[in-house]
Amino acid sequence: MQNRRVRFFVGLPTFVWLLLFYAIPMVVMLLLAFRHADANGDIGATWSLQEIRNLCNPIYPKIFIRTIWLAVTATLLCVMFAIPISYQLARMRPRIRNVFLMLIVVPFWTNFLIRIYAWKVVLHPDGFLKSIFVAIGLCDPDAILLYNSGAVLTVMVYTYLPFAVLPIYSAAEKFDFSMLDAAKDLGAGSFYAFRRVFLPAIMSGVTVAIMVVFIPALGAYLIPDLVGGASSEMIGDKIAQSVTTKRNLPHASALSALLMFGVFAPLLIGMLIRKWRQRAQGETMVTNRDVMKGAF
Amino acid sequence: MIRNGSQRSVIPFCVLMVVLIFLYLPFVMVTMASFNASKYGGEWVGFSLKWYESLFENDAILDALKTTLFIAAMSTFFATILGTMAALALHWMKSRIRGIYSALVHTPLVVPDILHGVGLLLLFVTAKHLLSYCFGWEFELGMVTIIIAHVTFCVSYVTMVVVGRLETFDGHLIEAAHDLGAGALYTFFKVTMPMILPGIIAGALFSFTLSIDDFVITFFVKGAGDTTLPIYIQSAMRRGNPAEINALSVIFLAFTFIFVFVTQMLLTRKKETK
Amino acid sequence: MDTPILRFENVTKCYGNNIVLDNVSLSIAAGEVFSLLGPSGCGKTTLLRICGGFERPDEGRVYLDGVDITKLPPNERDVRTVFQSYALFPHMTVWENVAFGLRATGVPRDEIVKRVPRYLELVQLKGFEQRRPGQLSGGQRQRVAIARALINQPKVLLLDEPLAALDLKLRQRMLMDLDAIHDEVGISFLFVTHDQQEAMCISDQIAVLNRGHVEQIGRPQELYEAPRSSFVASFIGDTNFFEGFVTETQGDYCNVKTKDGFDLYLYNDRHLNTNTPVSVSIRPEKFTISLTPPTDTDQKMNVLQGEVEEVVYLGAHTRFWVRVGGHRISVVKQHHAYGLDERSITWGDAVWLTVGADKGYMLDRNGSMGE
Repeated sequence: MQNRRVRFFVGLPTFVWLLLFYAIPMVVMLLLAFRHADANGDIGATWSLQEIRNLCNPIYPKIFIRTIWLAVTATLLCVMFAIPISYQLARMRPRIRNVFLMLIVVPFWTNFLIRIYAWKVVLHPDGFLKSIFVAIGLCDPDAILLYNSGAVLTVMVYTYLPFAVLPIYSAAEKFDFSMLDAAKDLGAGSFYAFRRVFLPAIMSGVTVAIMVVFIPALGAYLIPDLVGGASSEMIGDKIAQSVTTKRNLPHASALSALLMFGVFAPLLIGMLIRKWRQRAQGETMVTNRDVMKGAF
Repeated sequence: MIRNGSQRSVIPFCVLMVVLIFLYLPFVMVTMASFNASKYGGEWVGFSLKWYESLFENDAILDALKTTLFIAAMSTFFATILGTMAALALHWMKSRIRGIYSALVHTPLVVPDILHGVGLLLLFVTAKHLLSYCFGWEFELGMVTIIIAHVTFCVSYVTMVVVGRLETFDGHLIEAAHDLGAGALYTFFKVTMPMILPGIIAGALFSFTLSIDDFVITFFVKGAGDTTLPIYIQSAMRRGNPAEINALSVIFLAFTFIFVFVTQMLLTRKKETK
Repeated sequence: MDTPILRFENVTKCYGNNIVLDNVSLSIAAGEVFSLLGPSGCGKTTLLRICGGFERPDEGRVYLDGVDITKLPPNERDVRTVFQSYALFPHMTVWENVAFGLRATGVPRDEIVKRVPRYLELVQLKGFEQRRPGQLSGGQRQRVAIARALINQPKVLLLDEPLAALDLKLRQRMLMDLDAIHDEVGISFLFVTHDQQEAMCISDQIAVLNRGHVEQIGRPQELYEAPRSSFVASFIGDTNFFEGFVTETQGDYCNVKTKDGFDLYLYNDRHLNTNTPVSVSIRPEKFTISLTPPTDTDQKMNVLQGEVEEVVYLGAHTRFWVRVGGHRISVVKQHHAYGLDERSITWGDAVWLTVGADKGYMLDRNGSMGE
């Protein structure tokens, strides 16, 4: 079963499939950015730098910066919540821990659109949250909670939080809590021990969490489209718009190609950091697998 | 015993609780709104099941549901086969190709779905031009392209889960089987397969859920008339907040919770009997 | 007696309905090595954790150098722990691990730089400063943990089964080194172990714990030669138990009739009266075994006749199981001379066992039995 030829034929179909429908589309996307758009917005017959130049359109810098800002903020918030949660989960007794872990993971199993839709209900102008905020004087009755960057950020944190919790939790689970006792025993205060002993130990989980939240956040399309407004458009909205309403496929490829660089640059950096840490410390690394492990 | 040390901070526990409220508040709100007679769910007008009734009379939703389930079943079938094969190949490979193969299988997991969608759309559009130009073939975007797209992004998840399962099992089992006189094929079907079957099932469930869940990729590669449930919900949402969607969401949520609960029960029972 | 450096006063601790420590009181003198010895689950580690500040007792107090530390958090107590798992910080070098306690308590840098090498030298780890715990052997990690704990100059060092993770040879070597380190620093060690040999080897005083209460406290010889309960007798070394009752007292001596129907003539140091039920412990090496009947028997000698059922040759000594009436008695014979040409005792031989009247030790029948 394990001879060369069998291995080759077992691996081949998937290889061909992914090459055809994953790798080649990415290359096609890069190539078509250099094509001319024809009158229908379809792919024209000639090569041109037109669409690359169009990326310098004055409306874009603002959108790019906003996209990065929203993605970075959402990532930071997710990690900030995920660290204490993981700490707490890891310290719980296994039985209770599994219940809480499940409670955190279940929303991730529910339909993505329904999760966004639920937030529209919560943030609705006649909705529950608004009436509470008005009642306690947090906002005035005319304020709109929906269709702004705040709403986009809230829903992004909401949908990506489980992705941040799982890798950090699986690092925290491996943490030997007697080390916190040891640190306190040696005279360290609680916060000092947390910062100098616990945080460094879960860093590998945190890097994974940052990657798995930041990357989809950067490419978010549905969330800004549904709960955001004109003031909170992200690059994903612009890509979708140039495919549908303002039909111009080469322009969509140019924007997508840009997004792809935005995605792969941090990915590469993250991987290099992990490699370097691995070599430097030989600590147990959180693998991709751990990211999803909690889901089962 | 160490886990129950008396010296503990309450802050992490509070964060956990606040986050759980944050996670479940929207679900509670939607459920309440679905039973509210008022269309916009702002004020409580009265208990009503009318949104559920109109939901079941809505043929468009039922059609969308059928389409969604069909696509999910088809893409799960193919993705599970391809994903499992890839996992076995990855597990058996030792050479340098493993790195390339692994990258090809695993990077789709982190690529934002909008890039998958646009990439495939561009591929299909280009292919359409080329095929009609070279061979005079014509094809349109539709169910086939949706299924191809779904298979593509599900494969990686199946592989990831099955590889995880393969890594936990003891290579000596295979050697033991050979030692006891079993041939390669016999060993594969009697030892390897039963061992990785839970992984394959988990991977299939995963890809079924992902397929039902997907909006973005479907949105780019679908034909004009194809409506899956997420597509329907999205267009309904853009048109306003029809209260039927509340009812639909609640049904979806109920199914998810029951599903997770049942699988969890089965899994824990399995662990206990071991 | 000196004022104790560490004192537990009526310490009680429960987890739910499970009483882990039941009214434990102990005093540890300055500079001594004090062992808490007992089987797993006897509460010894909990007592140590209470001392370290990781658990709070439900009742009772802990005094360190006369000050009540019961409610102080771990980082404010002048005691340091060497954990069973060592709990070295994997992301820090040996140097950083050892310096941790000084940094955490804000000791100035030049003082740290001066002190760390001194303690690394104490545990013979010079030259390992830049290694990480992952690159060290078990014994070296152990040393780092000890140096790390000692550098803050605590009043008491707590060691939680520090040798459990090491193999036998290394364990013996570490025991010697621990002893040397103890002589060097001169502070009290509170040493938790389930291994009686470790405890006997290193301790000035041993407290034997069983199911949350102290069975006996004493010097190693006292515990071995004069165990007060059958638990202590069986937990420390091997022994033979004979159940019976006193039939007759003769001054300092008495006759005991065992359940299996033979008589033992024993030293009655507890002045038990006639008809008192009693349990007698006689260590295997106290018996003399021979193929011929003893010639010079005096009155203070017990002679038992039996048949050898099993023989295990162990090099330095041989262990026999001898059937005497309803009893199987374990006997150890030391080999003082090369005995290859000697007719060795083997299965089925009829043998005579002799044991002096003062070699048996009478125990409380009320004392809890060993597990």
